[in-house]
Amino acid sequence: METVTRIEVVTTVCDSRAFVLYKRLVSDGFRLARVRITDVYTIDKKFAAGELAKITSLLAHPLTQRASHTMPLSPATFSWAIEIGYLPGVTDNVAATVREMIEDFTGKPFGHHEGVYTSRVMFFSGSLTESEVTRIAERLYNPLIERASVKSFAAFQKDNGMGKNIPRVVLSAPPAADEVSLSVSDKELASIGTLGVANRNGTRRGPLALDISSMKTIRAYFRKRKRNPTDVELESLAQTWSEHCKHTIFNSPIDDIKEGLFRRYIKGATERIRKKKGKRDFCVSVFSDNSGAIVFDKQFLVTHKVETHNSPSALDPFGGALTGIVGVNRDAIGFGLGAKPVINTYGFCLADPRDKTILFRDLNKTQPMLSEARIMEGVVAGVNSGGNCSGIPTPQGFLYFDRRFRGKPLVFVGTVGLIPKIVSGRRSYEKKARPGDYIVMVGGRVGLDGIHGATFSSQALTSGSPATAVQIGDPITQKKFSDAIVGEARDMGLFHSITDNGAGGLSCSVAEMAKESGGCLVELEKVPLKYPGLAAWQIWISESQERMTLAVPKHKWQALSRLLKRHGVVATVIGTFTRSGRCVVTYRGTTVMDVDIKFLHDGLPARQMRTKPMPAVRRSPKLPHASDLTHLFLSMLSRPNISSFSFISRQYDHEVQGSSVLKPLQGRGKVNADATVTRPVLSSLRGIVLSQGLYPSYSDIDPYRMAACSLDTAVRNIVAAGADPDRIALLDNFCWCSSQDPGRLWQLKQAAKACYDYAVAYGTPFISGKDSMFNDFTGFDAQGKPVAISIPPTLLISAIGVVADSTKVVSLDAKFPGDLVYLLGETYDEVGGINAKTNRKLYFALSSAIQRGLVASSQSVHRGGVAVAIAKTALAGLYGVDVTIDRAPFSESQGRIVVTVAPQNARAFENVMTGNAYACIGSVTERKRILMKDHGGRVIVDSSLHYAQRSYLSTFKEY
Amino acid sequence: MKKPKAMIFSGYGLNCEGETKYAFELAGAGADIVHINDLVDGRKKLSSYQILAFPGGFAYGDDTGAGNAYAGKLKNHLWEEIVSFVPGNHLIIGICNGCQILVNLGLFPVSSKQYEEREAALLQNDSGRYTVRWTDVKSESSSPWLAGIDTMMLPIAHGEGKFYATDRVLATMREKKMIALRYIHGEICAYQGLPANPTGTLDDIAAITDQTGKILGIMPHPERAIFFTQLPHWPYLKEQYVRRNMPLPKEGPGLKIFQNAVAYFA
Repeated sequence: METVTRIEVVTTVCDSRAFVLYKRLVSDGFRLARVRITDVYTIDKKFAAGELAKITSLLAHPLTQRASHTMPLSPATFSWAIEIGYLPGVTDNVAATVREMIEDFTGKPFGHHEGVYTSRVMFFSGSLTESEVTRIAERLYNPLIERASVKSFAAFQKDNGMGKNIPRVVLSAPPAADEVSLSVSDKELASIGTLGVANRNGTRRGPLALDISSMKTIRAYFRKRKRNPTDVELESLAQTWSEHCKHTIFNSPIDDIKEGLFRRYIKGATERIRKKKGKRDFCVSVFSDNSGAIVFDKQFLVTHKVETHNSPSALDPFGGALTGIVGVNRDAIGFGLGAKPVINTYGFCLADPRDKTILFRDLNKTQPMLSEARIMEGVVAGVNSGGNCSGIPTPQGFLYFDRRFRGKPLVFVGTVGLIPKIVSGRRSYEKKARPGDYIVMVGGRVGLDGIHGATFSSQALTSGSPATAVQIGDPITQKKFSDAIVGEARDMGLFHSITDNGAGGLSCSVAEMAKESGGCLVELEKVPLKYPGLAAWQIWISESQERMTLAVPKHKWQALSRLLKRHGVVATVIGTFTRSGRCVVTYRGTTVMDVDIKFLHDGLPARQMRTKPMPAVRRSPKLPHASDLTHLFLSMLSRPNISSFSFISRQYDHEVQGSSVLKPLQGRGKVNADATVTRPVLSSLRGIVLSQGLYPSYSDIDPYRMAACSLDTAVRNIVAAGADPDRIALLDNFCWCSSQDPGRLWQLKQAAKACYDYAVAYGTPFISGKDSMFNDFTGFDAQGKPVAISIPPTLLISAIGVVADSTKVVSLDAKFPGDLVYLLGETYDEVGGINAKTNRKLYFALSSAIQRGLVASSQSVHRGGVAVAIAKTALAGLYGVDVTIDRAPFSESQGRIVVTVAPQNARAFENVMTGNAYACIGSVTERKRILMKDHGGRVIVDSSLHYAQRSYLSTFKEY
Repeated sequence: MKKPKAMIFSGYGLNCEGETKYAFELAGAGADIVHINDLVDGRKKLSSYQILAFPGGFAYGDDTGAGNAYAGKLKNHLWEEIVSFVPGNHLIIGICNGCQILVNLGLFPVSSKQYEEREAALLQNDSGRYTVRWTDVKSESSSPWLAGIDTMMLPIAHGEGKFYATDRVLATMREKKMIALRYIHGEICAYQGLPANPTGTLDDIAAITDQTGKILGIMPHPERAIFFTQLPHWPYLKEQYVRRNMPLPKEGPGLKIFQNAVAYFA
């Protein structure tokens, strides 16, 4: 009987994974002859030898793989071997599957101290020095979540393999809770806030991110109760009061705006628009739930939410992005009584992946930041895994590059949900936990992962940033409970309320629902754990992924429990909702938290903020005017912000659920589209149109105009595809930097004001939003000199619209030679000119033309101006164009669209457009040339379609 | 005409059961989505159905090889039920992940009539990456699933779709007409400028059947091609129809596969 078994599996016929790795390393300059990969499953449980042989055979395909549980499967010769596995406690999804496979096969469950761990060994043949192989290892593993060991052939022979490594988590069982004395100097009080509660050995537990005034408020609260807080209480308050959860910057008084920016400008706009729309109001749930919701048709609502997952993605891009997309899916599942996720969106703001800047988080240069190329590779792969594994189409997204995203990437992820208005006789968008309901935790188990995620993301990224803030999502566990909850439990009326366990874990989700009932009593020892030895405060605030909290009436618990068990989902009663007015938490019989619900939610002291105008960092760039701009035109098409990113669209499943209508790549030329259309209800032609807009670089010139352009672009993009301008809703995602700084706050206020002005002008209400205020990096460069990088203030506006008939939407590709090219809207001699009133009128006219079937193709004008919009039309259709452009071809004036129209529809089209600025500027040609002239007939751009396409596809060709 | 009843498997990360059910219903079948555990617990029986469908998805996250773990669970609990279902007057389809499950179950015996032995495999795509695109396929089979189908356009979306078998097995499969669909360069490849073979799959194989033709394992997704508006070039085709004063089609090519299944029982 062996306790620990190492099962090795190797693919014996064409291992693409090894070949792709080989090609990548050779192209990076390593002199390799061969790469081979072995998968390793380390089983930490006793089995008889016969049983082990059978288990081993479960893990390999007999035709294409070889497996052994008795010896290493190395090639006969090689130069070096690298083994990479996870660090203790890091989510290992494959291991979880293997464990389940073994349990199902043997019928023997794993005990608390038993487990499965995966790793992979890569064998390299070639002339590699030790330092080169170390560099390969550094390129392949992430020390924050993984371990790597390197062995030469000789050492491998001598040791007979890589050796067994069991990343078991060993924690000593702690007491229930520590009392934290707040009767200390103000200086120490401040350090508790910034560095965290002190452990018994003097080390700190990591940031609470509570400022001194919050700490004093907490001290006063507990003094009144004549006791010190416990660590559980302090950690819990820190989570609930975090910028991440409370959005204090958006909600606090600023200058003379007492109600704060959110209430004045965002919610204020929505309230005014809804009032004005009256009976035509299509909003159903705004700002109060995990997502916002609008009317889809008589039967259904659609929800939408966009989140960011920036700080974790800087540290572990794959895990960060994966956790982000799977997390925002839960904002749909957690909406109302549970919406089904039907569309994902994404957007990545990065530095150019060719950027070679080296950065460290610490002075001693022991904590390097990942290279930009790896960050990009990781975030792209993370959303791939999360979206594809969950069976949710991910059609719509963007890439945006600016070198100031080198310190912190922005990872935007969004999910649209679908929910019937009425489920089991109740309004689906209202929910309320009732006193006496069980508190039920559904989904994954709890470990140390994600401790201090909420407070961490409320601070700048530095060397003190906790590695436990990194998590890896588990889309399959989530898919299982999503099927059970949205597919069955919801419609059977088995719960009163549901919310997502995101930032702050149970401490936030339970406390949030306790507001509905008026109190809660939680017994923490009931929470199922990944491994023993967690402290009470850790269980309470852990952000271990893929969990929902439900309020379940006692008499429905048996039915829910049975249902979830059938779906292979873990669900546990961890307490009861009460009407005590208090949030009470016990751990093995000891009360570790007892705080008034009112104080927990509303005790955070108000903070007056002041702004100070910030001068423009740069002026609007002077745009080149007509002369021969062919060369510039071609180079613009290859700019990372304009070029094709089809490599993403080709790996994100946008066909699953059978709902795609307008896809991410359109026309013969497969050009990336700004807007996509989806039919979420297969029996209906009704569609959802989505797009996003952002202009971070404009913030340097004028943050008000930056926000206005973002909003206009998002709206224009979906109108251009066929959305009804009267039924568009918006989401705002502010990603700011140094938000304590009065200058940055001034920029924020300007941007928020623009949101109000333009949303009201267009009648497009905000329904949901999220902000992330500290996207700053402080660290050191390769020379050890201090470096501070702040992102450009970024506002992402996401637009969601509904079309009654999906067959009327319009793609961007030119359809036939001879069709006429029109430019709609006015061109100003500047970047980002914008007039809401005229634009709105134009959008309604365009929508009417589209509804009447008069528009053959349609492309909104944004980055790169009209020249780029025309090029995309031509490149997508693979036809030439011959057009006359009067002014700056690269002007990014807002409110413009390039459309093509069949000649026989020209008169009808022009009739519809009467009263708006429009011009027929040329035609689509059989001849494959992009030809742009000025009014004097001088050639501005003259390029073969082939060259233009080569430029457009060049930048990310090898990705 | 009596409606045949189709059972569509679900659970553990399968995710195309909804649209697969819709496609069967649109074609005129009755269809139920059944969680694998309801079969394991005996609440549902295969014998109540004429058609079994293993839909696409990511069962067990593709861990240890796509389809392997789900096939393992079926073998552990439902093997006898499956083996007694197969020879009856029934049809079985596995789409994408479902095809990977059928291959791992060993439902395509070549050399013998013995089910369970795995003589074929689906390997990772040449690109090493999940690939989403449209393809053209050509039928070479007399399978009831493919009756009346010559060529058609269907989308793929998978990471492990490279068919593999030994030369000997492949030769026998050809001989016994088990190769059902091959990727070809047709209408959609010409439109989008794409190569015919999307993954490097052996001999351009896109789908296979067992020796009777009643069990179809197909990597492309016919249920994602049941509407005209699912075609990548429908906006272009629409302009063509409109300018010729012709009505727009409603259906997509994939529906025929589901209609064939219904017709088989008519």
